[in-house]
Amino acid sequence: MAIRLERQETVPPLGLIAAPLLALLFTLVVGAVMFVLLGHDPLRAFTIYFIEPLTDPWTLQELVVKACPLLLIGIGLSFCYRANRWNIGAEGQYVVGALFGSWLALATHGTDAGPWVLPAMLVLACIGGALWGLIPAFLRVRFGCSEILTSLMLVYVAQLGLDYLVRGPWKDPAGFNFPQSVTFDAVAVVPLLMEEGRMHAGILIALVAVAAATFVLGRTLIGYSIELGGSAPRAAAFAGFDERRVTYGVFAVSGALAGLAGIIEVAGPIGQMQPSISPGYGFTAIIAAMLGRLHPVGVLVASFVLALTYIGGEAAQISMRMPFDVTRVFQGTLLISILAADVLVRYRIRRVEGASHA
Amino acid sequence: MSDSAAGASAKPSALLEAVELTKRFGALVANDHVSLAIRAGETHALLGENGAGKSTLVKMMCGLLQPDSGELLYDDAPIMFPDPATSRAKGVGVVFQHFALFDALTVVENVALGLAGHEPLSALAERIRDCTVRYGLAVEPYRRVGELSVGERQRVEIVRCLLGDPRVLILDEPTSVLTPDESENLFRTVDLLTDEGRAVLFISHKLDEVRRLCHRATVLRGGKFIAEVDPKVETSSSLARLMVGAEVPRTPREVTHELGTPRLLIKDLNLVGDGSRGSALHDINLEIRAGEIVGIAGVAGNGQTALFEALSGERPASDPESIVIDTVPAGGLGPTQRRALKAGFVPEERLGHAAAPDMRLSDNVLLTTHGDGEIVRAGVVRHSVLNARFAEIVKRFDVRFGGKDPKARRLSGGNLQKFVIGREVLREPVLLVVDQPTWGVDAAAAGFIRTTLRQKAAEGCAILVISQDLDELLEFTDRIAVMCEGHLTAPVPVGETSREAIGLAMGGSQGGDAGTGGAHGH
Repeated sequence: MAIRLERQETVPPLGLIAAPLLALLFTLVVGAVMFVLLGHDPLRAFTIYFIEPLTDPWTLQELVVKACPLLLIGIGLSFCYRANRWNIGAEGQYVVGALFGSWLALATHGTDAGPWVLPAMLVLACIGGALWGLIPAFLRVRFGCSEILTSLMLVYVAQLGLDYLVRGPWKDPAGFNFPQSVTFDAVAVVPLLMEEGRMHAGILIALVAVAAATFVLGRTLIGYSIELGGSAPRAAAFAGFDERRVTYGVFAVSGALAGLAGIIEVAGPIGQMQPSISPGYGFTAIIAAMLGRLHPVGVLVASFVLALTYIGGEAAQISMRMPFDVTRVFQGTLLISILAADVLVRYRIRRVEGASHA
Repeated sequence: MSDSAAGASAKPSALLEAVELTKRFGALVANDHVSLAIRAGETHALLGENGAGKSTLVKMMCGLLQPDSGELLYDDAPIMFPDPATSRAKGVGVVFQHFALFDALTVVENVALGLAGHEPLSALAERIRDCTVRYGLAVEPYRRVGELSVGERQRVEIVRCLLGDPRVLILDEPTSVLTPDESENLFRTVDLLTDEGRAVLFISHKLDEVRRLCHRATVLRGGKFIAEVDPKVETSSSLARLMVGAEVPRTPREVTHELGTPRLLIKDLNLVGDGSRGSALHDINLEIRAGEIVGIAGVAGNGQTALFEALSGERPASDPESIVIDTVPAGGLGPTQRRALKAGFVPEERLGHAAAPDMRLSDNVLLTTHGDGEIVRAGVVRHSVLNARFAEIVKRFDVRFGGKDPKARRLSGGNLQKFVIGREVLREPVLLVVDQPTWGVDAAAAGFIRTTLRQKAAEGCAILVISQDLDELLEFTDRIAVMCEGHLTAPVPVGETSREAIGLAMGGSQGGDAGTGGAHGH
């Protein structure tokens, strides 16, 4: 007996909405089992993970802080994934964007440079992230390399580059040999939105990105060409859209937004360059994009859900001494559940008696 | 090949019989109490338009589908075929329209893959040779399938079936990919098979063939059994009436209007084949003037797709002058720029080429209209204009579908083709290039499409039609050229040529027959 997947002729629209919710539910069940196995009361763990962060004004702000990079990166990834281009290297583009922007912050450090510094840093970060993203795009267009592999491998190149800079040329001379840069000047820091807490103006930029991406993807010819290229490449060529341009375009946008997220994080909550500037935002954003159905508004919602797993994970670390890896397990389970739920909505499982026949 | 098959020849009763088979797919009743009896020693035709339920019936008769009700009788005893392997073991062989062969393997290796035992290849090759000699199916066992023509591949499939010594052989639209000459060979093989007492179920929509070859014909329409008739006493038009349920409209031929200026000029067009995708073109020359329809006949896979892609701009030519659209050298232009010259293109593949299967129909309107300046302004899609155009296509071209705006995948072949043709016609093109305008489209829709194209020609559009259906080309084009192995013959007015002459050219004969203009372009 074999099992075969058959494409369903009609996909119920309700199923498309229900699938991510079911995936969330399944993730919670898996989580409960995990907590029991770890010897914790699952109810208490869930409360700490998912309820308590929502009851405290400070953690609510933290939620926004954590959702901001996920949202920016996730929107960019939606462009790629809609075009059927699998950019897995947003984490690297995030790092390179942060490097480009930080360069200016450090170069103007201690001078009386005006308020143009932060905007220029944001632009530089976009350029840096886009350039890093264009490398796998070029390799794919020119040599047919799988962008999945090249973009992922470039993550490690970027991270090692960051590591070198903060331990070498960019190290703060007065920093007791800690691998970190000087603290950015006030003109090079993303302003806070409230007196108390860490919520910063980055979320406003992210919300503008949501609006812009919604418009571009839904209303413009560019969005149409991305969608068409991903859905039916031959029809896209027939329509006159250049596959190479679309590939370059989506990687540039995706890289730029990841780079932007990187500099906002460094110039915002962190405030200086250090060896680790991301708890895996670039990878978690992949889940945000998929969970949000590649729609900017969906990604917005999904980013907050995933931000919650970060915050809850931190809380659980403190109050239950649970390892941070539990958060990773949550996020991973969620991604697998989404993908599985998608398959189950679009395909029907059939058991086939008698094994292979030609 | 076995005595059992030969011994059955005198038996008058049915060998394989479908009794009142019903099959539902959701709300659609694909087969509604359909009965069909195939007798030993007979060739039985299964006739019907696309969507009449022929494929469903065949699939139930070989175990690919299970009927919801009704039963199958084999030698007058009820039988169940849970899967095709069982039906094959019982002696029911099927040759499908789409071949299941591996290009990289030889004929004998392909055949061996379908067999259960571990026969040495040399012995199998010997059996294949015996079979090909016996039934006149010229196939060389050690050739690579990738090098074979479509006709040869079909023979490989038939040989593969015959090695299983079937008592019933089902041929699904076997002649749709063959030249007239190859079809003749196939008919001889079929006659040999029935002489041996085997039964053949012959599925076709070519009525002349059915009348010549078949002893009996079952007609389906809309999933229902309509009639069992003797095709020899019917006329082609009476059979067509049974299939369609109404008089089939003949395409009005208007050659009265004057021809205008050349809209398409192809001059010494050469294209290098790139192996994986698309074959080569050699010195193509053609001129089409406003108001005329030029047809290109030929067996599939002789460069028609390459020619289409060269014309649409998907494979730009190196010499800009080699393709001139309305006096503008267009050889180096992309599809959008060529559409800006008021050219329109309809590819053969509806799903995946002419339309994106998983996108909504309205979004598919945009596929070829985004450069026209009306629907897209400054890069922004004006959805109200788009929806208005969509509604107009649906209304004027009678595109039928369920729901408000379904995905292209969900339309039937005929309705999607009407949509694709309508999308181009409403762009008011001066040049239309249509590849396989009525492939897999039911007779009523096909008639409508031909009439529409004829009308556009009368309004001054130049039209190039690429088709493997010679009857269609003879019916509604003005001149016909033939494509073979990347060469194109000079076009000849339809009145001055004959099926035979075109058939010879399709097979690559350069016999210099006056009818087709003989030599290739210069």
